[in-house]
Amino acid sequence: MKILVAIKRVVDHNVRIRVRPDGTGVETAGVRMSMNPFCKHAVEAAVQLSEAGHGDEIVIVSIGPKVANDVILTALAMGAHRGILIETDAELETLAIAKLLAKVVEEEQPDIVLLGKQAVDDDSNHVGQMLAALADRPQATFASEIKVVGAGLEVSREVDSGRQTLSLPMPAIVTADLRLNTPRNAALPMVMKARSKPLAVRPVAEFGVDLAPRLTVEKISPPAERVAGKTVASVTELAAFIADDVAQMEAL
Amino acid sequence: MSVLVLADHDLGVLSPATARIVSAASTLGPVDLLVVADDAAAIAQSAASLSGVDKVLTLKGYLVADSLATQLSTLAVRYHYVVASAGSVGKDVVPRLAATLDLMPVTDVVKILGPTSFERPIYAGNAVQTVTDTQDKHLLTLRASAFRPAAGGNAAPIEALDGSVQAVARLLSSDRTESDTADLATAQIVVGGGIALGSAENFQLVENLAKKLGAAVGATRAAVDAGYAPNDWQVGQTGKIIAPDLYIAIGISGALQHLAGIQGAKKIVAINTDPEAPLVKLADIALIGDLFEIIPQLTAELDRLGVKR
Repeated sequence: MKILVAIKRVVDHNVRIRVRPDGTGVETAGVRMSMNPFCKHAVEAAVQLSEAGHGDEIVIVSIGPKVANDVILTALAMGAHRGILIETDAELETLAIAKLLAKVVEEEQPDIVLLGKQAVDDDSNHVGQMLAALADRPQATFASEIKVVGAGLEVSREVDSGRQTLSLPMPAIVTADLRLNTPRNAALPMVMKARSKPLAVRPVAEFGVDLAPRLTVEKISPPAERVAGKTVASVTELAAFIADDVAQMEAL
Repeated sequence: MSVLVLADHDLGVLSPATARIVSAASTLGPVDLLVVADDAAAIAQSAASLSGVDKVLTLKGYLVADSLATQLSTLAVRYHYVVASAGSVGKDVVPRLAATLDLMPVTDVVKILGPTSFERPIYAGNAVQTVTDTQDKHLLTLRASAFRPAAGGNAAPIEALDGSVQAVARLLSSDRTESDTADLATAQIVVGGGIALGSAENFQLVENLAKKLGAAVGATRAAVDAGYAPNDWQVGQTGKIIAPDLYIAIGISGALQHLAGIQGAKKIVAINTDPEAPLVKLADIALIGDLFEIIPQLTAELDRLGVKR
């Protein structure tokens, strides 16, 4: 069985981002970058499936600038077997990303494609679902448990009302939520070994996909600032504040 | 400019989010509200009462992405906009529908600036993107909490559609959280608890205070991971995004990812031992102290003041 995992390099999730004053975007120069946390859960899920005898080969794919090789190396150090970087310096929309990944799926014919449910930079939460449509495969998004059952998967998903379990035939697309697993930190020997694993760098033009953006981002602005609050000294004052606020609340 | 809105529902009841999506979507054009369910009759009745709804459409089926996206792609031909709430169904189906129609969706919209102009938060709400969408059809998900609900009193006609599509994915089971507290995504008051509660039993302090205030219960990721609260109570970048009139945060220090979920709250109250906690700094009113002493006192004091909802 072959598992394809698509990962993204993003501003590290612990970095407090700064919006550029000219409204063109978020400052990324000199900012720590790392693998999107949800993608790490997807890689870990693939490695665990492989360790349980369900994946002979794990292929990692990422789309981005040359330096995105570093997140592929991280995934290889976690236990994946080979990597593909689709190289581009352009910031692509999720639809273009999904189209590029659909080409890779066509070439690689994986039984399972794993992705993070969303990237913590644009918070889109699109790519897995779009890829599922383009590859005409069933999808299970926001997965918190994945089991291989016969020729299919049973996936528990985190939904608004609690948890839901879907059964889907393979090949299938699954997007990872945070409670799917605890991603491992690769030990040094694995990090060294990752450097000798195959990593193909392919120019984006090779895929013949129309990458023109559909939407225009007019500006990126900082969120509205909250007015600084105050600290009260007693429960009585706090209760009075709450009682007052509740009394003023508009009935819906 | 015609609009198709996908209704959210659960256990045969229309979700409170739908009234908010309808009110927002009706600023774009007349709304047809689609109810996809095995038994849509009761849901369609409440859907028809929402002001701004032109027509309610019902379709027999189930809210699984692959079949739903197929059904919606057939219907989408007739509309300029297809709109859903940014809940677990909308997030699951709208991107799939978008790729099927070769369109780029605009998701998690918090403000509609005009027919083709939208605001959406990025980086967990630490930046806001203003987007213009000039495609010939627009696919949107809206954050229900960012909009006011539509009024009732309407009696729109209900029309049943044919066209059931077999889903490839099958639903095996649903585990839901049994709770009589309010809907988290649309509640006017939310009481949230963090890891400082220390156990699932102690978390009931939060639940009891919430019940007294007619509030929904929220939790941090840490509290959910520790098993103090079910996953569907999680508030934050990866959980639910809330925008209540009042958020009371108990024992929550305020990780970036949690703050992302509460930035839309009108008033924030924090109860915490640490005066330097990010959530304390963000709060309109903070009380520094031990939550195990404060909460019972607060409950008693609210009783004395006759606060009840």
